[in-house]
Amino acid sequence: MEVIIIGIAKSAIRLATPYLYASIGETIGQLSGVLNLGVDGVMLMGAFSAFYTVLKTGNLILGLLVAIVVGAIFGLLIAFINVTLRAEQGISGIGVYIFGLGLSSLLFRTMVGTVQAVSGFPPLFIPLLSNIPIVGEIFFRQNILVYGAFALIPISWFILNKTPLGLSIRAVGQHPEAADSLGVNIVRIRYLTVIFGGMLSGVAGASLSIALLNVFQQNLTNGMGFIAVALVYFGAWRPLSVLTGALLFSTVNAIQIWVQVKGINIPSDFTLMLPYIVTIVVLAAMAKRYVRPPKALNKPFERGE
Amino acid sequence: MPIQSSYLHSDMKRDTSKITNLTRVEKVEMRGIVKQFPGVLANDRIDFDVHAGEVHTLLGENGAGKSTLMKILYGIYHQDKGEIYVNGKLVNIRSPLDAIRLGIGMVHQHFMLVPTLTVAENVALGLHSSRKFLLDLDIVSERIKELAKVHGLYVDPGAKVWQLSVGEQQRVEILKILYRGASLLILDEPTAVLTPQEVEELFHVLRSMLNRGYSIIFISHKLHEVLSLSDRVTILRDGKVVKSLPIVGVNKEKLACLMVGREVLFQVEHPSVKLGKVSLALEGIWVQGDENLPALRGIDLEVYSGEILGIAGVSGNGQRELAEVIAGLRKPTKGRVFIKGTEVTNWSPSQLLEYGLSYIPEERMRDGTIQKFTVEENLILKDHIHQPYADGIFMNFKNIARESERRISDFDIRTPSRYTSLKSLSGGNIQKLILARELSRNPGVLLAAQPTRGLDVSATEYVHRQLIEQRTKLKTATLLISDDLDEILSLADRIAVIYEGKIMGVVKRNEVSVGELGMMMGGVHKDKIK
Repeated sequence: MEVIIIGIAKSAIRLATPYLYASIGETIGQLSGVLNLGVDGVMLMGAFSAFYTVLKTGNLILGLLVAIVVGAIFGLLIAFINVTLRAEQGISGIGVYIFGLGLSSLLFRTMVGTVQAVSGFPPLFIPLLSNIPIVGEIFFRQNILVYGAFALIPISWFILNKTPLGLSIRAVGQHPEAADSLGVNIVRIRYLTVIFGGMLSGVAGASLSIALLNVFQQNLTNGMGFIAVALVYFGAWRPLSVLTGALLFSTVNAIQIWVQVKGINIPSDFTLMLPYIVTIVVLAAMAKRYVRPPKALNKPFERGE
Repeated sequence: MPIQSSYLHSDMKRDTSKITNLTRVEKVEMRGIVKQFPGVLANDRIDFDVHAGEVHTLLGENGAGKSTLMKILYGIYHQDKGEIYVNGKLVNIRSPLDAIRLGIGMVHQHFMLVPTLTVAENVALGLHSSRKFLLDLDIVSERIKELAKVHGLYVDPGAKVWQLSVGEQQRVEILKILYRGASLLILDEPTAVLTPQEVEELFHVLRSMLNRGYSIIFISHKLHEVLSLSDRVTILRDGKVVKSLPIVGVNKEKLACLMVGREVLFQVEHPSVKLGKVSLALEGIWVQGDENLPALRGIDLEVYSGEILGIAGVSGNGQRELAEVIAGLRKPTKGRVFIKGTEVTNWSPSQLLEYGLSYIPEERMRDGTIQKFTVEENLILKDHIHQPYADGIFMNFKNIARESERRISDFDIRTPSRYTSLKSLSGGNIQKLILARELSRNPGVLLAAQPTRGLDVSATEYVHRQLIEQRTKLKTATLLISDDLDEILSLADRIAVIYEGKIMGVVKRNEVSVGELGMMMGGVHKDKIK
């Protein structure tokens, strides 16, 4: 029994990784007032570009960097559409998603063709800590992208709450006119958060293709990017609560995988549904909380209106 | 004369921000300012200037061009023609940041504060931190306290802005610009949302700032305030300067006449009416507010046919919820509502409409009209599904056209045509449109929430006349909810004062003094006065 629980816990920590990167990126973007529904598409592009780089060069760091750059380019595109062209954000995000899905599939078919594995980031044992019984096994024998994802929580919290930049981000998402009247550059802040969010989405994708699964196939993410957006609402735009949501979701997922692997006699269709059902139920239950999205979310800014 | 040297010195020592180290604004001159908007010449060769130590008031009706002129000075708009000189030097102000750097600060009519942030965070927003990449909110808070002490603008730097009263929020706005070293303050209708006591406090603060060498541009159309605060006044009409004159020897009537271009009646005639039956009654109404706390706590009210009952009180004491519960937009948790003797508790808004309730909502843009619709469409909303505007499932455009043309002329709605989109109308004309729609329905009960908020003198005068006429001729029972005590005093037959969701007492208008009303507005029950 103990072994089972440790196994599930360890895999839950691992599985939270892509959600954490994507959700934290999305949280920061939304706090500045930009809704990006294209996260899943950017993740797919990040996953493919990292996978392809590693497949060709074997260089994991290079693969990660390429995913970040691809994510940044997509972030720039999203910022241009939403901030400069002032598009309807819900719709443009779906466009970006379909674009990312299609392009990554196309590139995969023409440049790779068949599903093949790469060797991803190996587990990195943290000295001393990894020797603690149980806790060491669960938390400190993971790969570097897992540690990075968890480090992102305090880092993003700190940036948002303790730096002038974070203050500007929060103000721009709540009351851009007020921020503008004090000389905060709304466009610059929003470009910054959206590009940063794109980079994190790229990393989220890379964490799947070169750290957790170490393969790429069409639609590898299978809608994870959308769950990441849901987690932002679940977490009420607070990094720590986003972490809670990501862990809840990844734990259900880990149980689901364990049930399948063990061949326990529950139809796999049902177990596969489980994480999504949990998401819907929890989000519906949380709907009654008194938390509101940033006031200017999804609202393009124009001075003097 | 140095501007409160204590904080400027401490500023230099700490070097918290590059932009607070400003020379004082001795003189600002705007020359020949022209600003054209699509279809409107908002500013037509306007000259305006202000010196250190004086209050120069900009007076004018809505749409006269006051706000445009000030938004040009503050860098929100850019003039098409004309120059701005600060201390004799030609300047080019392209953004609010440019204005701030020149020592110009603006308190906007709609506060520019982020409600979810604290006072200190609102002040620190957009400034360089003394700790570079780390926020220095503790230092900012200290300096806010210093500034607050110097100017008498007390406020807790750690409080979230949404928790503050309107008066406190305004103090934060002023602190915000003082913190940036502004020595010219532009105040855009700063008293619109304040109680009489808060207005006095604000004026006290402003006068002491004048003595320290600050200059103030004051935008208002409350004439007694203009007279009490200004040194000079410039009157704008239709984008042009009508007159610029020192305040000495000027009276209210003269200012109003210059502003409107004709004589204005300040006192509405108030003929007596024989009261009918109770048309609207509330019995022990309890309601939850948006923050999930009770906003109304056991309200009992009766409004008779042929009277105007005024609800007086400082804004935020349950007035909005009261209007919403009567209009059917908010469900009471306890209590009952009656219209013409029939219980209507929990009826839907459309059922209430059918039963003879008309509603002039507080947010005329959000709740009273649909901005993207035309004037005509807005005029027949609410009745558009009935004869004569609809035959079965089809609209009867002939009748709609005839009726809307009639209303446009009867209610003097200034619009290029009935096809004009509502959003290009001025606030006063939008309110006339709402009145036209609501009063044409011949309501038994009229619920009027802040019916003249933000309107200019002529439009206010018009709305007041309509309300009195409706009461006198058609014996409509009117519940008038207003933050403007002057309005309540000039219109209401009886006055109920609301405080924290409770009625502090109901009094006849001619049997109460302003002082007594003020005490009730501050939470003293009628029975405890004297």
